[in-house]
Amino acid sequence: MRHALSLTAAQAAARIRAGELDPAELWRGYRDRAAADDCNAFTWVAADGEPPQLDTAAPLAGVPIAVKDLFCTEGVPSQAGSRILAGYRPPYTATSVARLTGAGAPLLAKTNQDEFAMGSSTENSAYGPTLNPWDRTRVPGGSSGGSAAAVAAGSAPWAIGTDTGGSIRQPAALCGVVGLKPTYGAISRYGMIAFASSLDQCGPFTRDVTDAALLLGAMVGRDACDSTSVGLPAPVEQPSRTDLRGVRLGVPEELTGEGIEPGVLASFEATLDLARELGATVESCRLPHAPHALSAYYLIAPAEASSNLARYDGVRYGFRADGVGDLLGMYTRTREQGFGAEVKRRIMLGTYALSSGYYDAYYGRAQKVRTRISEDFKAAWERFDFIATPTAPGVAFELGAKTADPLAMYLNDFCTVPMSLAGIPGISIPCGLSEGLPVGFQLAGPAFSENALLDAAYALEQALGFDSAPWRRA
Amino acid sequence: MRFEPVIGLEIHVQLDTRTKMFCGCELSFGEPPNTRTCPVCLGLPGTLPVLNAQGVHFGLMMGLALGCEIAPRSIFHRKNYFYPDQAKNYQISQYDIPLCTGGRLGDVRLHRIHLEEDAAKLVHIGESGRIHGSDASIVDYNRAGTPLCEIVTEPDIHSAEQAREWLGLLRVTLRQLGVSDVNMEEGSLRCDANVSVRPVGSSELGTKTELKNMNSFRFLERGVNAEIERQVALLEAGEPVVQETLHFDPSSGRLSSLRSKEEAHDYRYFPEPDLVALVPTEEMLAAARDAVPELPAERAARYERDWGLAAEPARLLAYEPRWGDYFEAVATAGEDGDGRTAANWVEQLRTRLGAEADPAASRVAPQALARLVAMVGARQVNAGAARQVLDHLVAEGGEPAAIVEREGLGSMDGGDELAGIVAAAIAANEGAAEKVRGGNDKAMGPIVGFVMRETKGRADGGEVGRLIREQLGV
Amino acid sequence: MLSREQVLHVARLARLELSEEEQQRMSEELSKVLDYIEKIAELGDLADVEPTSHVVAVENALRADVPRPSLPAEVALQSAPDSDMGGFRVPSPGPAPA
Repeated sequence: MRHALSLTAAQAAARIRAGELDPAELWRGYRDRAAADDCNAFTWVAADGEPPQLDTAAPLAGVPIAVKDLFCTEGVPSQAGSRILAGYRPPYTATSVARLTGAGAPLLAKTNQDEFAMGSSTENSAYGPTLNPWDRTRVPGGSSGGSAAAVAAGSAPWAIGTDTGGSIRQPAALCGVVGLKPTYGAISRYGMIAFASSLDQCGPFTRDVTDAALLLGAMVGRDACDSTSVGLPAPVEQPSRTDLRGVRLGVPEELTGEGIEPGVLASFEATLDLARELGATVESCRLPHAPHALSAYYLIAPAEASSNLARYDGVRYGFRADGVGDLLGMYTRTREQGFGAEVKRRIMLGTYALSSGYYDAYYGRAQKVRTRISEDFKAAWERFDFIATPTAPGVAFELGAKTADPLAMYLNDFCTVPMSLAGIPGISIPCGLSEGLPVGFQLAGPAFSENALLDAAYALEQALGFDSAPWRRA
Repeated sequence: MRFEPVIGLEIHVQLDTRTKMFCGCELSFGEPPNTRTCPVCLGLPGTLPVLNAQGVHFGLMMGLALGCEIAPRSIFHRKNYFYPDQAKNYQISQYDIPLCTGGRLGDVRLHRIHLEEDAAKLVHIGESGRIHGSDASIVDYNRAGTPLCEIVTEPDIHSAEQAREWLGLLRVTLRQLGVSDVNMEEGSLRCDANVSVRPVGSSELGTKTELKNMNSFRFLERGVNAEIERQVALLEAGEPVVQETLHFDPSSGRLSSLRSKEEAHDYRYFPEPDLVALVPTEEMLAAARDAVPELPAERAARYERDWGLAAEPARLLAYEPRWGDYFEAVATAGEDGDGRTAANWVEQLRTRLGAEADPAASRVAPQALARLVAMVGARQVNAGAARQVLDHLVAEGGEPAAIVEREGLGSMDGGDELAGIVAAAIAANEGAAEKVRGGNDKAMGPIVGFVMRETKGRADGGEVGRLIREQLGV
Repeated sequence: MLSREQVLHVARLARLELSEEEQQRMSEELSKVLDYIEKIAELGDLADVEPTSHVVAVENALRADVPRPSLPAEVALQSAPDSDMGGFRVPSPGPAPA
């Protein structure tokens, strides 16, 4: 069974379809591992006992999946890492999750996250921080830290998370797994507890790029319940490239210099060399407004969040503070007690950015900066097929190292936020180690270029031969 | 100093679609509480709105019917405020780029028309044991999300009476369009008034107040009048009018301030990220245009012009399409193109059936009424007898000629029979006859009455008078 | 940069009851973040730039006016912290803002 649990999802699916692997045993193996997890990666694990219905003829062949807490799963706690939704069980299931279970991947567990997806370390969870399986004194990244850790620790074959400013890519980098943020609108947001509506996207965490493509393919598509969903113009293909001949990589000066840890930069540069060996051309490029992306993001995202989180008020669901007197007191005390510090900070920031007299200077202006950033990328696509950057400016940091300084924490996102603002896809693949901890390499492409992006990432991944399974050595 | 009122109206119309504006729940008409809700209109975490095509269609119809500019591209905004009747603590509405601008109805210009969603219903239930020291309310979300259209006029109204009449015209117009029940008592038509006064002849606007909660046409008129008086009294006393929101209590006739202790609300409007732009296509506009029937004001003008009706009868018939349609059928079936007489007889029918009745459902076929009208014109039956024929038509249907024959209601032409009855009448009314001989023509009454009774009203009044004078030698 | 009054005003708009200590901390932290965000002021006028409110170029996502099943009342109320008489019970509000 240990061997079965070391297979990638695609490998396991193939074995299941060939009758060589019993999906019920696979389920039990993972369930037991998840239940025994010591990284606090999970907020809910499927109960022991009979496995669910496992459809081996379906595309995902019964290979179980872990899902970030903020995806609504009918009857199963969906708390978005927050006390204000403690124990909340929705009466419906998110479209993306329904498509996964419909494709044959049963729900194994819900994973821990920063509260309402706000954070880069999963230390903002109301359910305790998740630990990085590579080094349990360190963070797994965030906000989808639980999903990343679950896959890195081998407690789940694959998982899904959400990425608003880097919340899939950054934890994937810090945990040495593959993480993909698709083009905005590729996957339905219906049922994803919202943080920032114009930025949130669902995406896979996997052991390799092939699994990422498989998972992506099962979820993409227009959803009548999500007005902003558009799907992808072509079916997701299994990646197969063996080289990068003819591929033009652009390396933005603004995202690959100051602020990146030397060890990360070294690993990044080595990967660029590898790309050249595979036939890619690698040149410097400019994204002139990228230095302003973080500022724009920390106006737009909190503004949308301040409105999206207004519904948590103790009226219809979730936590309501005790000792309620008047309505105003009920609102303010419920939200004061139910929300953690980071969430409150961002609600305040967002409310301020939208408030009378400040809209034009803050939110309004940030939306214009966003346009400029999109234009920067569009200009880059005239000369380059993909943009390459380190995914995160550093490796996994110690628990508590950045919690005293919100700004220090926000700076974790500066390589990933520009892609989020432009709505373009980005993938992080592990490319090496620095100080014994994983380093992530980010490739970003034009909107709807997922197939080409996955193909290029695959070629690099094969050449890198990174061993992303610390648990295999244990 | 004489003051003139300046009034603008803000009208909310519930649209008569089958489902809510942003979800598929059926509209509610008195169902038990919270039985017409779903995750979307309850504002459950993770849900997203999707715009109702029929709501847009009705909005376009209204815009076209009222001569507005239809925005080639309009968007939705979030209006953020906390209140238990707002499931998300924001209302999806339109802000600076509404569906329609400009337009006009009668002598009042419109400012804009936009789409939005209705709030839930709050029922105050007084002291509740579980909530100490405070009254409680119960929230029913059945109504939440019902499609609303907001119409804002320019301040072109100059009296409470004009406001009431204009609102009546709007109501009739919207009913004809078929977009709403527009019933003030049921809440599908709601009207707030913005009222200010200024010295007669001034072109500047005074400070305006907002009057809310006027639930009937009468209350609207009374409330606006009360506010005009209040403002004039203030200004005449040298005091300023304060901008505020007022509630009119019809039972006491008093206005009270709804101004809350906080400052004006900061709604922090920003574009709704969960909805995409509305770009009415040629198809959508053509469909809306085709669906707009001839409207009351146009129809009344046409009746005056083409059928020679006076303004009042034209208006009466035009504002009730069923009566208008019936009238046109009668007038068209008649051969002499005399609309006025046809209109008179339709009015006679309306008196008998009641204004709310549908004449097309009565026993009086329009062609039959037209033939009766022709018989009166040809003096085959006099007016009084014809009214009796109409009574029969109402009761039994059929043909006027047959009824006249059967009931013996045909005109008596002159001749011996009538002369004989006149003689008998004179003989039976000596006193009156004496007075008439004496020169008092008006004393003829009882003699005429006798003849009419004897002839069952069939005698022609003029002929009877002539015969009486002849026989009495005057 | 953010005064205590401003913090209180914003907290009120956001329906958050901040402790004294939180108000102080919030004022410092938000001021620091806002100082960083001020970078976007460097970008000059941006008067001719269209704001991006939607990164997808999609229009007219409309839904046919066809009913879909509503939730049974028990399900609608199942997560209610307090319910009574078929509805969600709350302390009575003052007049509606809008």
